[in-house]
Amino acid sequence: MTAEMMSRIGEFLIAIIVLLGALLGALSAFGLVRLPDVYMRSHAATKSATLGVLMILAGAFLYFAFYLDHISVKLLLGIVFVFITGPVAGHLNGRAAYRSGVSLWEGSVHDDLKPVLRREREQLQAGKAESGEKIKDV
Amino acid sequence: MINGILIASLIILSLAILACLYRLIKGPSMNDRIMSLDTIGILLLSIIAVLCMLFRTSVYVDIILLIGILTFIGTTALARYIERGDVIDR
Repeated sequence: MTAEMMSRIGEFLIAIIVLLGALLGALSAFGLVRLPDVYMRSHAATKSATLGVLMILAGAFLYFAFYLDHISVKLLLGIVFVFITGPVAGHLNGRAAYRSGVSLWEGSVHDDLKPVLRREREQLQAGKAESGEKIKDV
Repeated sequence: MINGILIASLIILSLAILACLYRLIKGPSMNDRIMSLDTIGILLLSIIAVLCMLFRTSVYVDIILLIGILTFIGTTALARYIERGDVIDR
């Protein structure tokens, strides 16, 4: 009786976790469609999609551990890998977008990176003119 | 009960992939498309995890790792190509 009840409760909790992860994925796709800018869209797509995948993989791990008697180390490895690489990929993409000149939304009010980048470019130009050798573009 | 919820989350994830396809086709800049492909890869990974639970098997776990690694490598290579014009420095 109690074992059956425990099994029922565990199943319910795992189903809740998986459903919450799927809803987070849908939320990130909604933000990807609705937001007006590359940078805001990357904010929506990177974080909530990663969290949704983490929740679904954690639910799968718990399901395997409780109902199939199988501790899946590969699933743990997948959780760690997605947790590390999701934000890194989002960061690389946003950096490439800014440096290749994708413009901000016209309602944006503040841009901290622009003066820094301009100063860096000026220093690079001056150094190139001074030494005469080819310096790789940062 | 858990089978019904798993099928419902499969449907939700498929609709999310459909929304990402909209951004993939329409997206004004190249980086929108890269980001949309990244999100599609991550959602596909979670679809495969849900399928593992639905079929009560663990043979598809390798595919989760494979899709994760391929998505990351593809996003990194495309972002570097957009930023500086080549993928590998020489």
